[in-house]
Parts: sequence; C-alpha cells; structure tokens
Amino acid sequence: MITRFLWQGMTRNLQLFVLLVLAVGILVPLSNLLLPPESPFRTPSWVLQLMGKYLCYASLALAVDLVWGFCGILTLGHAAFFALGGYCMGMYLMRQIGTRGVYGNPLLPDFMVFLNYKELPWFWHGFDSFWFAAPMIVLVPSVLALALGWFAFRSRVTGVYLSIITQAMTFALLLAFFRNDMGLGGNNGLTDFKDILGYSVQSDTTRAVLCFASALALAIFLVISAAVVGSRFGKALTAVRDAESRMRFLGYRVERYKLFVFVLSAAMAGIAGALYVPQVGIINPSEFSPGNSIEAVLWVAVGGRGTLIGPVIGAFVVNFGKTYLTGALPEVWLFALGALFIVVTLLLPKGVVGLWNQFRSRSRERQARATA
Amino acid sequence: MLLLRPFSVLLSVLASLVLAGAALAADLATLVGNLTSGGLSEREAAITALAASGDERAAPILEALGAGQLYIRTSDKLAVIGRVDGNRLALTEAVSGKPTGTAVEADLDRVRVNNRLRGTIEAAVGSLTLMSPNARVRLNAADSLFKRRDATALPALDQALAAEKDPRIKRAMSEARAAIVLATADSPPAQKLAAIAVVRDRADRDSLGILNTVAAASDGEVKTAAAAAAGSIEQTLAAWQMAQNVWYGISLGSVLLLAAIGLAITFGTMGVINMAHGEMVMLGAYTTFVVQEVIRTSAPHLFDVSLAIALPLAFVVSGAIGILIERTIIRFLYGRPLDTLLATWGLSLVLQQAVRSIFGSSNREVGAPSWMSGAFQLGQLNITYGRLWIVVFALIVFASLILLLRKTPMGLYMRAVTQNRPMAAAVGIRTPRVDALTFGLGSGIAGLAGVALSQIDNVSPNLGQGYIIDSFMVVVFGGVGNLFGTLIGALTLGVVNKFLEPYAGAVLGKILVLVFIIMFIQRRPRGLFALKGRSVE
Amino acid sequence: MKAPGITHARSTSALLYLSGVSVSFDGFKALNNLSLLVEPGEMRAIIGPNGAGKTTMMDVITGKTRPDSGEVVFDGTADLTKLDEASIATLGIGRKFQKPTVFENHTVRDNLLLALAGMRSWYRLLTAVPSKAENDRLEEILSIIRMGPQQHMLGARLSHGQKQWLEIGMLLAQNPKLMLVDEPVAGMTDVETETTAQVLREVNKSHSVVVVEHDMSFVRALGVKVTVLHEGSTLAEGSLDQVSADPRVVEVYLGR
Repeated sequence: MITRFLWQGMTRNLQLFVLLVLAVGILVPLSNLLLPPESPFRTPSWVLQLMGKYLCYASLALAVDLVWGFCGILTLGHAAFFALGGYCMGMYLMRQIGTRGVYGNPLLPDFMVFLNYKELPWFWHGFDSFWFAAPMIVLVPSVLALALGWFAFRSRVTGVYLSIITQAMTFALLLAFFRNDMGLGGNNGLTDFKDILGYSVQSDTTRAVLCFASALALAIFLVISAAVVGSRFGKALTAVRDAESRMRFLGYRVERYKLFVFVLSAAMAGIAGALYVPQVGIINPSEFSPGNSIEAVLWVAVGGRGTLIGPVIGAFVVNFGKTYLTGALPEVWLFALGALFIVVTLLLPKGVVGLWNQFRSRSRERQARATA
Repeated sequence: MLLLRPFSVLLSVLASLVLAGAALAADLATLVGNLTSGGLSEREAAITALAASGDERAAPILEALGAGQLYIRTSDKLAVIGRVDGNRLALTEAVSGKPTGTAVEADLDRVRVNNRLRGTIEAAVGSLTLMSPNARVRLNAADSLFKRRDATALPALDQALAAEKDPRIKRAMSEARAAIVLATADSPPAQKLAAIAVVRDRADRDSLGILNTVAAASDGEVKTAAAAAAGSIEQTLAAWQMAQNVWYGISLGSVLLLAAIGLAITFGTMGVINMAHGEMVMLGAYTTFVVQEVIRTSAPHLFDVSLAIALPLAFVVSGAIGILIERTIIRFLYGRPLDTLLATWGLSLVLQQAVRSIFGSSNREVGAPSWMSGAFQLGQLNITYGRLWIVVFALIVFASLILLLRKTPMGLYMRAVTQNRPMAAAVGIRTPRVDALTFGLGSGIAGLAGVALSQIDNVSPNLGQGYIIDSFMVVVFGGVGNLFGTLIGALTLGVVNKFLEPYAGAVLGKILVLVFIIMFIQRRPRGLFALKGRSVE
Repeated sequence: MKAPGITHARSTSALLYLSGVSVSFDGFKALNNLSLLVEPGEMRAIIGPNGAGKTTMMDVITGKTRPDSGEVVFDGTADLTKLDEASIATLGIGRKFQKPTVFENHTVRDNLLLALAGMRSWYRLLTAVPSKAENDRLEEILSIIRMGPQQHMLGARLSHGQKQWLEIGMLLAQNPKLMLVDEPVAGMTDVETETTAQVLREVNKSHSVVVVEHDMSFVRALGVKVTVLHEGSTLAEGSLDQVSADPRVVEVYLGR
C-alpha cells in the first residue's frame, strides 16, 4: 500500500529526474573523494560544499512549491521552518563540541559562558543526543506550522493576508532569535561546530556524505510530493487552490487539506535546514529574515510553480546566479534579483518549466500539422 | 551729562530711561558701600536696608556675603564677588554684575560676617526674593525653598505668604512652608499633618520623596498620614506615567499612521499589496536629505523651512515614481495579488540598491529645524516638539486625505472605482487613469511620511523595510478600505506597543504585538471596522 | 451519537424550514423576517426583482452567511445556522452557482470525481483509488449530461453551456437531498433553456429542488409552485398564474 501510494505520482519524467538527482548526489561526492587532486574530473571541495547547499535550497523550494504551487498559499515565512530545523541541528552540533570550546566548559556552549549562564536552559536538554535532535528537526517546524495553520485556515485567512501573516511570523522569530536571553546565541547564532555523529564536520568525507544525504533527502521529498500531488488528495488540493469556496460547498473540509500540506511542507523545510547547517557551519537569526523566505518563493517562480521539477531547477539556477554575481559584481546582484522578481511575474508566470512545456507542445503541434 | 544733550524727543526718552537706571545703580552702590564699611552692627543695618530696597540685584550680593565671597579690591576699593577659578578668584563687580578680571586672595579684603549676621542675611535673601516685585523670581524662590527645606527661611516665608496675592505663587509658597515644617523634626504633629496634606496635593516625585522620608522617620498619626499621602501620590504619578505612555503611544501611532495611510489607499481601494511602499517612504526621507544638502551649501538661512520645501518635493518624487510603477508593472498584474506582491518586492530591492549606489549604504544626516527641537513640560508630561509636530502632521495629512476623498471629483472617481469598477467604467470614468493616480497618491503620501520619519529614524536605504509589515498590520487591523479604521488601528497599536514595552522590553513588546495581530486577523479577518456584505467578496 | 448542530428544538416534516430569518449588511436589510417551507420531493421556483434577497437566502441556507436572527432547519433536525458550508454540504444540500464555477485545471471526469458523494476524508483520499461503483456512477452521469467525449478535457476549455452542464453533473454526483440552483438558464439559448427545464424536472424525481430564476418562460416551463421575494421577505406564494395575478406582484415587477 505504501509503495502504491509512493508510486502513484511518478511520471516518467519525474522518475528520470529523481534518478538524476540521485546520480548527482552520488557522483559529485565520489569524484571528490576517489579521484586524485590533479584529475580534471575531480570535483573541487568548494564545489562539493556548494552542491550540498544548493540541494538543501532545492528541498526548501520544493516545500514552498507544495503549498504555493499546489495549494495556492503564498508563504512568505518558509525560511523560518528551514531555520528552525537548522537551529535544532545546530543545538545538537553545539553539544558535540564538549570541552573543545574556547572556555572549555563541559556543559555550557561558549556563548552561554560568555553571557554568564549558570546552567543549561531547559530546552537544551536532550540535544546532546542525535536521536533526540533528529525528531525535533521535524517536530519543531511542524508544530509551529500546525499551530499557525490551524488558526489561520480555520478562520479562513487567505491570499495576501495569509502571506503577510507568515511574513510577520518569520519577522517575529527573527526579532526573538536576535535576543541574547533567548538562549540560542543571539546575534551570532550557533557556530564553531566540530563533530557530527562522531565525524569531523570539516573533513571531506563528512562533507561528501552530507552532500549525498541532501540529494537523498531531495529525492525522497520529490517522491513523497509526487505521491501526494498525484493522489485524489492532490486533485482535491489543486481544486482548493483554484476554487476554495466551491470545494466547501461540495462538502470538503478545506482547512484540513491545507493544514496537511502546510505541515508536511514545514517538516520538509526543517529537514532541509538541518542538512544545510553542518555544511555551512553556522546558523544565525538572519536565516529568519523575510527576504530569505521571499527568495525561496522566487526560486519556485523562476523554475515553475505547480510543477515538481521546476522548484529544483529554479533553486539551482537562481543560486548559481547569486554565487556568481555576488562574487563578480556584488552591487549588481540586488538589481538582478529585483529585476528577476519583476520579469518572472510579468513575463514568465509559469517559469522555466512552463516555458519548456509551451515550447514542447508547440513543436508537437507543428509536427502533427506536418504529418497531417 | 546725557540729559544736557537732548537731540530729539526719542533720545531724551532713552536718556531718561538710562538715567533712571543709573539712579538705581547709584542707590545700590551706596547700600553696598554701607555694607562693606563700618562695624558688624552697621553691617546688620545695611543688610536690612539692602533687603528693604527690594532690588533684584541685591540678592546675589547678599548670598555672596553669606558665603564669604564678597570682597573689597584693595587697589580701587571696589566691592567685588570672587568665585574660585583654578588658583585664582574670578571677580565680578558686585553692583553691576560685570566680570572684572581675576585676583588672588592677597589682593582682596574679605567682608567678614559672623553667625548672627548669617542668619540675618539668609532671612534677608529669602525675603528679598520672596518679596521681589517680579512674580517669576518669587516663584523660583518658593520652588528652591521647597527643595532646600531651609528652616531659617521660615519667618521670611511666612511674611511673604501673608503678602502674596498670586494664587499660584501662594500655593508654591505654602508647599515650601509645608516641606520645611516636615523637614523640621520638632514641628508639632498638628502642623505636620496639615503640611502633609499640602505636600500631597503637589503630587510629584519630590513630594513623594518628602513624604516617604517623613513616613520612615516619624510614628503614630503622622506616619500613617504620610504613608497614605505617599500612596495617593504614587497613584497620581502612576496616572501621569500612564498618560506619558499614552503620549508615547500616540506618537508612535502617528508614525505608524503616516507610514500606513498610503498603503491603506493602495491596498484598501485597489487591493494591491505594494511591498515597495516602504521604499516610497525612504525616497521621501532622501528627498529631505537632498533638500537640506542644497540648502546647507547655497542658502543656509533657509534651513528652518527646509522641511516645508521638502514636503511637496517628496510628494512629487514618490508620487511620480508610484505612477511610473503602476503604469509599467502593476497594471499588468491586477487580479493577481500574490504576483503583485512578488513583483513589488523585487521592485523594493531595486529601489534600495539604487539608493545605496547613489547615496551609499551609511546613514545620512538629516537635521531638525529649530522649531522642532527642544521639549516642554505639561504637568508631569515631557513632550518633545519634534514628536508633537509629527503627531500634528500625521493628523493634518489624514484630514486632508479624507477631505480629498470626500469633497473632490478625484475622490469621487476613486470611490466609484473601488466600489464597482465595471460600473464606473460604464459611466465614463477612465479607470486606468484613476488607478494610476490612486497609486500615485498613495505613494506620494508615503513620500510625505518619509519627510516626517527622516526626523526620528535613520535615513538609510533600509529605512522603508521596517515599516512595511507594521503598515500592513495597521491597515488590516483597522479594516481594509476604511481610513478611519486605519487611524484607530495605528493609534491603538502604537499605544498597546508602548504599554507593553515597560513590561516586556522593546523587542519582546513588538513580538507580542505581532502575535496579537496574527491572532486578531484570525478572529476577524476583515479587521476592526470591516465592511460587510457582498461588495467585499 | 449526536452530530454537532443537530437540534430537536424544532421538528417539522418539511425538508427545509426557514422562519423569521433576517440578515443585514451595514444597515441594509438583505433579508427581512423571511419564512419559507420546502417539502420533501418538492421543486420550488423563487423569483423576485434584483436585490430581493434571493442570493442572500441561498447563502444563508448553505452556511456562507450567518443570519442575524431566525431559524433555518434542514430535514427536520439540523440547525443550519450553526453549521459551516462543508457540514451542510455533507448533510445533503448541493448548490449550483449563478456563475458556473468548475475546477478549471481539472478534467471533466476529475471535476465529477471530486463532486462524487462519499469520499471526503483527507487521509483516505491520499491512497484512495476510484472504486468500480464510483467509476460506474461517473459513466452514468457523463452520459446524462452528454459529456462522455469531453471527459478528459480541462474545465478551462469548456464552453459556457458545457460548464453549466458540468455543474449540473457535479450536483448529480453530489447526490444531495436538496438542490439549490441559482439562475441555471442565464445566458442560454431558448432550446438550451427548454432542455434544462426537462433535466431539472427529471432530477426532481429523485431530489428536492429550489430554483432561483429571472426568466419567466423558464419558470412557466417548470410548472411548479412559485415564491415571490421582495425586499427580503415573501411577497406572494402559489402557482405562477396565481402570483402573476396578485396586484402587489404586478406592482413590484412593473414598477410603481
């Protein structure tokens, strides 16, 4: 039954795409580890790290697309779920530092010693164990999404109202996490990580494994999303997106459909964030900034909302552009990003994938006409 | 001599005035002369005479005498007041009050006083100031006595109290008297009780301090009365504190109102969420900066009117850019609010980066004209002119906007398009033009807000970012499409924010407000003053 | 167990019972002390000039609008003023909107599948596959609304008339006890109007129907009891001939 559920949404294109993601997730790390440094086919370590980051972004984009593209909820706060997952992972990594911190305190992380904490705050307990942190990575974002969604969807907050509420949520979290007495490192966040599951986060092998894990996560998310979207639930979901009140008059409890995808999507974003943090080595409150969430929305818009492949492509394309431009022409980047928002909404409402589909169907029509 | 040369009537009048002054000065000089010559008994007579002169300038001289700072300069026998300045004494002429160089103690002859004389002097000073013909001097004397609680001044105070006619000064004097009575340990309890009542009615921090001391130091009836009075003052002060918080809240609310009112127009009437609204505010602030720069370099005397010049310019700059945005981007996105949101967000990034490229990313200095700096006291309220003007300005903008919407053809068209677009088009209103103008109006008002906000916020490319969420919250909280709702919403949120701050701190207070609004929107998705019915669907 | 909102305060044999219902929007009384009884199996036509409160009445019955006062009871027991749209729909009230709203990004068949009575639980829908019975029912409805050949066409590509038909098909799929049909023949040709009247009479054999309509010839073709609404309350009730003879109705319709 589970396999049937998972298989029901897999179109041929999607199967190929999932395989591609997995191939990248295996070949890129392997070529970094196995090939000698002078080989032209070896992936440099920085590319490996970048690839891992992009894969996490792609998962976040997929999560955003699931609620926006398929359910019509424009979330401007998904980076908050990403960051919460990241903080959970960060807390675990902080506890792994042990006595190797600057102050060498066996119990308290450096920033707590610095801020004169006498004991570990209650919510830090348990995070020394990965098997406690791992479910938290899923639970914390999900519970927040559940609480927010429960109130919002039940009271029928929709459209821009919902968007701004999600933005206000991430903004409130941003302010909260900036506070030192939040007990999560304030402004500086959590950093200087040493080990994950006993392996150094700095080593190439760990990085390679993390990159592969990110690809695997993305592949699994793609399969799950495809299953959800391809089911009768998915049909109902897109129907809610297109004509919400009609669905109510047909007897559907619209808020439950929305709530399910919203929570599912938040959990996916949380896991993506948790994989992201050990690869970049830091998590701080700026991850909550509203700009980050909107950028994730842009990846989806560029790639093509309402498709499963689109957000992944969008995340890679936009972030590649960002990495390149912020390095080469830093002052141009914000212009380019801003312009991209405008161009995509005005001219490419269906994104790159939409453009491709349009091109394909047009050439097919031309072929049909030629044969006729 | 001057009198002998009356060139004109005017001159003669002037001259007679000067002469009158000279005559008084002469009198004072004589009296001071008496003070510094003769024995101690003559000196006492001279002090009394000086006090009786009622001359304002006598008081500092007597005070100097009491403090042992009145000298005769040996070189010219001039009476001078010497105050320690480094190793030497800085001298001023006793009679005229003009500085007259410095000297060392050896070149001077101190006018000596003994303890008995000191008492006489204090009483004389007290009565001099308390009996001064100048009301302000009397009031200051009473206030300073209230703070010093100097028991020796009591006789002079009683005398002055009996003679005083002005009720305000009379009250200040009786408060001073009460403070003295309470500060004197051996005053009879009956007097103390009466004094407690007087001090209680003054109801400020000083009187609270006095009463707390009395309550701690005494016992029995006096203790309970003082404690009760202190309690009642605390209540009064708490009420003032509350009023102060309300004022801060109104002040914050007016800032929110300014930022939100433009958004209320674009969102309320057009359903467009303009995420670049904050950048319109920012452009207004930068316009102010540019205007002030130009004034600084080419016409410094115009500085005090710089804001008046900046206001129309900011309106035009932001309004024009708003119209440009509407014509080039937003009009293609009507009916797609979420896409509009994304496109305008992109636009806000472009505008921020453009301003950063032109003006740099650091904060720009925008000065306050003289009529906006300073503060005044209203009861226990401390009100700065800058904030007061912003409140006034916000209300003026609001009122003009209401007038514009209600009384002008433009307003009529705007309301028509809001209520029924196809119908408005059918009766010949050019809806695209109304859309552009509405958007321009909303943006222009954001520009006006920017001029005001340049006075209280850092003028940087990020200025606008902080306002977009707040503005949206205000509009939604007040009820979309209802300008009065925006007014009430802004003031409510401002006051709530300021009331939370003392308990929760600024950041947590803001978070709580955000959470409150999130909950509120969920309760009443259409805001405080929602439009009901089919038109909102 | 008692479902929420089910009340025994008022038991009546009527399928739909409205009594003293009032709704006001910002001082404007859309419904003013409106009462209406629809018996099981009945078809009722509601007519009235613009602003008479026809759509508001539909909104109240389907739970979209809460009345300020009054009783709305369905099937003798369910207090509709306490239930939301989804619960009311599940109880067995279907609604066809004035403007056809089909799901534009779904095929005709999927539109019908979504409307099909029964499956509404979100978690069961995650793994559900249409059953044999469901597929048979879909085929049946497709043939009733004569859209078999178009069953894989997207809703967005249908013509106006096809959308109206699909809407009626969706109502059939929903299989409600009571159908509320809002202006079903707006924008239809005379022939289509006649066919629609036939279909509705057919539908009425197994469902109670309330039709709101402007078109007098259509109402005449239905040949059922008519309720005239005016300014939010019932002005007259009876056969079309009876009400059109009523001087008050004439005044309302022909102006004063």
